[in-house]
Amino acid sequence: MIHVLVHDKKDTVGVVVVEGVKAGQELTGWVMEGDATIKVKALNDVPIGHKLATKEIKKGDTVIKYGHDIGRAVADIRLGEHAHVHNIKTKRW
Amino acid sequence: MITAKTTFSGYRRENGRVGVRNHVIILPVDDLSNAACEGVAHNIKGAMAIPHPYGRLQFGADLDLHFRTLIGAGSNPNVAAVVVIGIEEGWTKRVVDGIAKTGKPVTGFGIEGHGDHDTIRRASQVAKEYVQWASELRREECAMSELWVSTKCGESDTTSGCGSNPTVGNAFDKLEPLGVTLCFGETTEITGGEQIVADRCATQEVRDRFMSMFNRYQEVVERHKTDDLSESQPTKGNIAGGLTTIEEKALGNIQKIGKKCKVIGVLDKAETPTAPGLWFMDSSSAAAEMVTLCAASGFVVHFFPTGQGNVIGNPILPVIKLTANPRTARTMGEHVDLDVSGLLQREKNMDQCGDELLEAMMRTCNGRLTCAEALGHREFVLTRLYESA
Repeated sequence: MIHVLVHDKKDTVGVVVVEGVKAGQELTGWVMEGDATIKVKALNDVPIGHKLATKEIKKGDTVIKYGHDIGRAVADIRLGEHAHVHNIKTKRW
Repeated sequence: MITAKTTFSGYRRENGRVGVRNHVIILPVDDLSNAACEGVAHNIKGAMAIPHPYGRLQFGADLDLHFRTLIGAGSNPNVAAVVVIGIEEGWTKRVVDGIAKTGKPVTGFGIEGHGDHDTIRRASQVAKEYVQWASELRREECAMSELWVSTKCGESDTTSGCGSNPTVGNAFDKLEPLGVTLCFGETTEITGGEQIVADRCATQEVRDRFMSMFNRYQEVVERHKTDDLSESQPTKGNIAGGLTTIEEKALGNIQKIGKKCKVIGVLDKAETPTAPGLWFMDSSSAAAEMVTLCAASGFVVHFFPTGQGNVIGNPILPVIKLTANPRTARTMGEHVDLDVSGLLQREKNMDQCGDELLEAMMRTCNGRLTCAEALGHREFVLTRLYESA
């Protein structure tokens, strides 16, 4: 079972692709680029489609997905923590 | 497996273009004529009214776009014949004359001086002739290079970027070498990925035109925004689905153009492409607006990947929906033509899903109704550029 999908090796977040992920759950992640497998422990309940950090992210860091800049962290995001609008903001408009 | 030798059964129109549907449409020039058009469609079984809310006191570029969209919709090869109804005869004739250039049967009626009853009676007589005539047209074998395919995604979530959008990209990469005419757009929804699209432009000239359209749209957003746009782009639905920023949404969005296709040209809204290959159309990212513009540009089948479950259809252009979100596939199955959620569990690879989408496309082109067609989704939404006079 794949719980988390990561597009690129450089990415700092991954997408939860199963329903009902709970805090404390050990998750298996698939890094599509290079076909690698990672393990990450969820720190929060995370709905399907939402992201969690697959690396430690510091406040002010650029968040990377698809190997590209998707915005700025406005709070520290720990490995396995839910990463969404409460801790990431756009750099555009 | 689709090759250059693959054929589909289409309707060849008077101007040589090929359609995959055989509609007789009753097209209002303006909001006031919707009732008469619906009256005709009620009388004549097999005729379809396409109501919309605009067409009065528009001017300049906004009026040009209105006419271009209506004439484009009537000219679409999925349409066999057209009855046009407007409140007065001048603008009605302008739409009729535009559609008549295709050589297909088209007749216009003005309501002023006649009233709805007499207009509906006269227009119904013509619509009846058209429906009976069109019912005898036969599909014939057509080459893949005669097909025009557009794409736009909607109610996207993160599964769109992981699964359904790259499935479209895989299909586009396979269609492009066969000489198919392809199109994507959604100008603001490229924000954050604009350099990737610019780098895919075939020439410096195309690149410059793309960037000028992109920058113009950014200026529109900057001029009118009252906050950071984070509830419109991305939408509330996108955010509920896990998309956080416009950059993330854009990078998912542009998965639809595949890994190989070059952008060979840039179209204004509802403008018709002039050569096979992938085109960018400057357009809104609102689903029904964009799909309507694709229909007006002459595209005959549409790929619509969705995450959270957009239910859109179009009266002229069959909309094939696909999703990689297993929850959407389960809870909104009646709207989903193709479920590619297996991608997210590594049960299927992108090549397999791309082939499945092409298979769904071929069945649709050969006559199978899409979910949206069977459910009666006929969203026909005209893009406006500014206020009426």
